[in-house]
Amino acid sequence: MQEVVFDLEFIIGHYNYWLFVILMMTGLYITVSRGNLIKKVVGLNLFQTSVFMLYISMGKIEGGTAPILTGDPNTVYSNPVPHVLILTAIVVGIATTALALALVVRIREEFGTIEEDELTEIEEKLEFAEQGDDAIPVSGEASVNKRESGGK
Amino acid sequence: MIDLITKNLPALQVVIPLMAAPICAIFNRGRLAWTIAFIVAIVSFAISAALLSQTLDGGVISYHLGGWAPPIGIEYRVDVLNAFVLLIVSGIAVVTLPYAVKSVAQEIPQEKQGFFYTALLLCLTGLLGVTITGDAFNVFVFLEISSLSTYALVATGAERNRRALTAAYNYLIMGTVGATFFVIGLGLLYMATGTLNMVDLAHQITLRGDSRMLHMGFAFVLVGIGLKLAMFPLHLWLPNAYTFAPSAVSVFISATSTKVAVYVLLRFMFGIFGFDYAYQQSTLQYVLLPLALLAMFAASLVAVFQTDLKRMLAYSSIAQVGYMLLGTAFMTQTGVMATVIHLFNHAVTKATLFMVAGAFVYSVGSSKISDLKGLGRAMPWTSAAFVVGGLSLIGIPLTVGFVSKWYLVQAALELGWWPIAAAIVLSSLIAVAYVWRIVETLYLHSPSPDSKAKEAPLAMIIPMWVLAAATVYFGTHAALTSAAASRAASTLISASNIIWQ
Repeated sequence: MQEVVFDLEFIIGHYNYWLFVILMMTGLYITVSRGNLIKKVVGLNLFQTSVFMLYISMGKIEGGTAPILTGDPNTVYSNPVPHVLILTAIVVGIATTALALALVVRIREEFGTIEEDELTEIEEKLEFAEQGDDAIPVSGEASVNKRESGGK
Repeated sequence: MIDLITKNLPALQVVIPLMAAPICAIFNRGRLAWTIAFIVAIVSFAISAALLSQTLDGGVISYHLGGWAPPIGIEYRVDVLNAFVLLIVSGIAVVTLPYAVKSVAQEIPQEKQGFFYTALLLCLTGLLGVTITGDAFNVFVFLEISSLSTYALVATGAERNRRALTAAYNYLIMGTVGATFFVIGLGLLYMATGTLNMVDLAHQITLRGDSRMLHMGFAFVLVGIGLKLAMFPLHLWLPNAYTFAPSAVSVFISATSTKVAVYVLLRFMFGIFGFDYAYQQSTLQYVLLPLALLAMFAASLVAVFQTDLKRMLAYSSIAQVGYMLLGTAFMTQTGVMATVIHLFNHAVTKATLFMVAGAFVYSVGSSKISDLKGLGRAMPWTSAAFVVGGLSLIGIPLTVGFVSKWYLVQAALELGWWPIAAAIVLSSLIAVAYVWRIVETLYLHSPSPDSKAKEAPLAMIIPMWVLAAATVYFGTHAALTSAAASRAASTLISASNIIWQ
């Protein structure tokens, strides 16, 4: 372990890593803290995008060009492997977002809301109704909402 | 031709289910899709059996994808450990599919069944791919293939209970956060070593020595995989996902997906970082061990108070993952062996129990414990299978559950950790409590007078009893599985020792 010294040049020189950390924490915080299901997906996207930035940063070589053969043996290329990995990760990210949005649409159809606290309330009532011996009718809220959403 | 097939077995293991999935989607007809899926499952099972028989003597199959040599190309690397896990995954797929016919026909509308089997095949592809690959980034890709299809499969439970949708959404958010942590970890490992091939990673780590980057990478990978395998405080997605998924999906994912994640953890910890990695030693001892113990007690206690059979089984799964992590945290040959053998044993046991729960859902329309009163008479075969599975969950001798606990306790005693051995026995007593609750409801309560419950169809009873018979067979003939598990553990350890010395 090397000694930790305050090195301004080091800190500024690694600005893209700082941005990665900020973006990552912003994304994770939005995912955890927001109650709106769409906003959670947005947070998740930010979180995933930050990783793209980490990988691209690590592949960059100072003075290196895009990794396309130039024929000149003295050319310095950036490392292409992280780029390829991130292409794959972007595809995974798109698939995840698409599936998440599809689920949100279905949730809205079934429950009539995409706010987490309202969903929790409806679910608690459902669970109560499931557990009780004499079925307590689920409050009309959900079904009313459903009708509303159907009308829109 | 035969030669060509035997040479390319590792690739075929993944490619066949992957290619069959879109075919299922094109012929979007339930029956046909099922037939394709079943044939594919049998072929996968045959391939993994062949791979296991080739590697059982300690050999390693290294398959270079597209002819590119590692570490630049992607390598599929099969040794006893992953051949064993491959066999578990494909074996469970073979038994689950005949079971799925009836339960899927009831729970999924006709026009969606083709897509259902497509997703199931993709899930199988992902799980097999995670297990077989020797490339760290490839693990992430396959992990996401299996996870994404699992989210979709869980969401299909919405036909029975709309809460499946929120369960799938929460699983998606947590699973993706886990996967992203895993990728960040891989990125840091790549920065520290410049390679993604597992064997080369292990080699480079020894060459370059310890660094803070490695510590960070290790921590990120641990948390990411921890989310996927439902390590105790990261388990919140699991109970709802298992409860509201269609019965066949509960059976399949409960028996395979967490097991494969445990395998990945074993591979990363011991295959890449090695036994002598000091940072890992302290992490395992001070983080993983307490969490495993907590899972064993807390999750079992929560299971006792559940009102739904499927949810109870889900909480018991979290506790069982605790046992697997405990075996890992011992960091001895016996400990790793106990983990590996428990992968198999728990897969068989939990699949039996979820099949029982699915049969109740099929016949009674619910898995609520209060609806199961007196079903021991109306559904004798299903109830008896529950008793067999339940005994195995507790760890009664003659069942597979006993074999795992035996090795776990042995591993604890080898280290002289008496309190932990006692904790294993004590937590099994809690399992007695929750299993007994169900057995009592089934046999000692009088059935409700208007109950029209009939025994589940034969197509569900037979797979259930094949697994129940396996719990007893491998419980009495433990030499078969323990030999494979022991060899798997030694391979993992010797590989890391050679590198470290």
